[in-house]
Amino acid sequence: MKDPINMVITGVGGQGNILVSEILAKAASVEGFRVTVGESYGMSQRGGSVSSHIRLSRNCLYGPIIPAGHVDIIVGFEPVEAARIALELGSPNVKIIVNPRPVFPVHVLMGKCEYPPIEDLLDKIKGITAQTLIIESTVLAAQVGDPVVQNIIMVGALAGSGYMPIPRETFEEIITRVVPQKALELNQKAFKIGFETAQNINRS
Amino acid sequence: MGWKDAIEGKPGDLVLLNGNEAIARGAYEAGVRYASSYPGSPSSEITETLSRVPASDLYAEWSVNEIVSLEGATAASFAGLRAMCTMKADGLNVAFDFLTSMNLGGCKGGLVLTVADDPQGHSSVKEYDSRYLAKSAMVPVLEPSTVKEAREMAIKAFDISEQIKGPVLLRSVTRVSHSRGLVRLGALAQERKKAEFPVGQRFLTKTLFHMKARDRLIQAAIIFEECKFNYTEGPDRADTVIFCCGTSLLYAREAINILGLQGKIKLVKIGTTFPLPERFILSNLQGVKNVIFAEEIRSFIEEGVMLIYARHNIGNIRFYGKISGDISGVRGPFCGEMNPDIIIKAIARVKRIQYEAPGYSPETIVEFSTMLPPREYAMCPGCPHRASFWAVKTAIAVDSRDCIVAGDIGCYCLGAWDTGYNLFDSLHCMGAGPGIASGLSKLEKFGLKRPTLTIVGDSTFYHAVIPGLINGRYSGSDFLCIVLDNSVTAMTGHQPHPGSGISNHGRSTTAIPIEEIVRGLGIPCAITDPFENDKTAETISSTLREPGVKVLILRRECALVAARKHQHKKQRVYVDQSLCRGESCGCGRFCTSVWGCPGNIWDPVAGKAVIDEAVCAGCGVCATLCPAGAIIAEEVDK
Repeated sequence: MKDPINMVITGVGGQGNILVSEILAKAASVEGFRVTVGESYGMSQRGGSVSSHIRLSRNCLYGPIIPAGHVDIIVGFEPVEAARIALELGSPNVKIIVNPRPVFPVHVLMGKCEYPPIEDLLDKIKGITAQTLIIESTVLAAQVGDPVVQNIIMVGALAGSGYMPIPRETFEEIITRVVPQKALELNQKAFKIGFETAQNINRS
Repeated sequence: MGWKDAIEGKPGDLVLLNGNEAIARGAYEAGVRYASSYPGSPSSEITETLSRVPASDLYAEWSVNEIVSLEGATAASFAGLRAMCTMKADGLNVAFDFLTSMNLGGCKGGLVLTVADDPQGHSSVKEYDSRYLAKSAMVPVLEPSTVKEAREMAIKAFDISEQIKGPVLLRSVTRVSHSRGLVRLGALAQERKKAEFPVGQRFLTKTLFHMKARDRLIQAAIIFEECKFNYTEGPDRADTVIFCCGTSLLYAREAINILGLQGKIKLVKIGTTFPLPERFILSNLQGVKNVIFAEEIRSFIEEGVMLIYARHNIGNIRFYGKISGDISGVRGPFCGEMNPDIIIKAIARVKRIQYEAPGYSPETIVEFSTMLPPREYAMCPGCPHRASFWAVKTAIAVDSRDCIVAGDIGCYCLGAWDTGYNLFDSLHCMGAGPGIASGLSKLEKFGLKRPTLTIVGDSTFYHAVIPGLINGRYSGSDFLCIVLDNSVTAMTGHQPHPGSGISNHGRSTTAIPIEEIVRGLGIPCAITDPFENDKTAETISSTLREPGVKVLILRRECALVAARKHQHKKQRVYVDQSLCRGESCGCGRFCTSVWGCPGNIWDPVAGKAVIDEAVCAGCGVCATLCPAGAIIAEEVDK
């Protein structure tokens, strides 16, 4: 297993990055990893990009910023943000799990710039990665009952992808610990659907 | 929920905390009894966490501003208790007058001033290096490298403060405060000190006490020579040494590993950045040929080490840092934050090795990145500021005298950019708007004919606006001050302020309404709801024509607070596409391309507007502005 494992969770303010990085970091620490999470969320409430750098190692403590070219896994809640991180920190070895649903930047809404056609964008992402898993997490979350759990669908997908050496049960245990009791069932369902979707994807 | 682990965790627990929670935990373990702060990213979680300590054990306060906050915390120190005062770098300026006075006479109980700098300005308008202010105030500085060390340093800072009988500054940066790591919790202090202010005990400031402050620094320097926060890693002897502090330690460590130079470069980690441990530094300069510096924002250690070098006969050393231009990111030296790549680049240059980061060809990057639209900050869906800015924009257009708008700091600083219709002509620090508006209004006799208006926030009003209003009224200035009152300090995570009527510990207190203060100053004050947009624009427009200083409060709860309170939105907003005239309307796609709310999107297939109901907060303001009446806001049950 590669050491360190470098991962970025990226999206737009309000998509629930922080909870996801908390779940991942806690799950990794249960598995005996030394963990650092670097977060930038100062302006997250203002619709900006939000990303968390997660660094896991059995040997030493790593810093909160991943060096260029060294990210192994990107979990993108938004496709443009996933692409941005791939270009900044990725390499042809990177694996991406991406929610294809766009969140339009304000300049796109204002007609000052264009959002690329989603198929083109996803093709480009596939072209620069070792593997790309497209998970319709917003759609799946709505089916589960609340679009808000889009982030937990993605945690499930990450667990189901096999990209991380962390067993399903550990994720489930951490979710039980960090999610408030009244929302637990919804989140467990979201995790399960995400997990199964990733497992069943044809990865040709 | 890091605060829960930080406060309720048991000694020996290994818990995931961010740097701020770790600092709070350290303070709690050290027996802190008084914690005050004015909120500011990236520092806010420290006092938020300490506010969860039972009120019987600790007094926590969101103060009106940083100087009052530091004065209160210092009072606790005078009474022999341990106190922590927290602020972002910008706030240190506000507290500085008191800090430079108090530090002469000194204090008693451990007093730790935690200041969080924001290299790169992730959530600030400036990137500021507070170490230079600490040096100027003659206050010792500790600088943690990791979340774990943040806890340890917070504890130690109280001890040092009591040893030297003066304040200690704990300097964090965004990448410590907002990083998370595993922290082993220690036991809480058992000693319960009583607050005592004995008769005859006095804390005064005199020029002569400058000597006391100097002697305290000498004492701190001696303590720092033996301090565990300064250490080396790697070989005992190496021709190349990296002096680093803060998270740069981790970046430097990784840079050495990536370049395969383990055993060839020595790391000198400085945790006590002022005063520098001179003997420790000298011992690590002996026999060295190259020194690289890695630190956040400015060249603080770099200057200190070079001064030590200049005063001793050590032989030839080449220094690579911000001054030489070798430590430089995409913004060039001194600007932006550190990262591993900056250090990799510097080491590669010193060691004359080629390093190419894994990644993509420049052509791939350029070609793909041109496809990606930038993501500018935007106000939240349902944000009352958007409605307020639209009303201001409308009123200024009607007024037709090219009103000058002086802005201020908060979420609403977005009034300087597209999402706030580029309204602001000036944007600086908290409270700057009324002073600038007042000054501009005095220039009519020198030819300036444009009226002035300033936009401030509610928390800012209490923090720094009141003196500007008094000055304006007293000096007979003419300006309109618009207060955007959303009931909380929204930008930094919804902390209460004196208008909120809630204390840190969540208890209700007596609110001090803005209008009562304004009217008490003899300044006319009106209040409108920005969601009643036409009425608000009319009020702004008519008030602008009146002489003297005027205040208009635009009052509407922050959309995020409202959503949290009410859970479900009160209105369903949708577009009746049979009424939307699309591109042929003549409105220029007002709702999407002008109004700029993330909830208003365009349906390219129908060529008409549509509401993104997953995003829409249901405020319905766009429905009142659509010229075709095509946006419908409908009351819904619950």
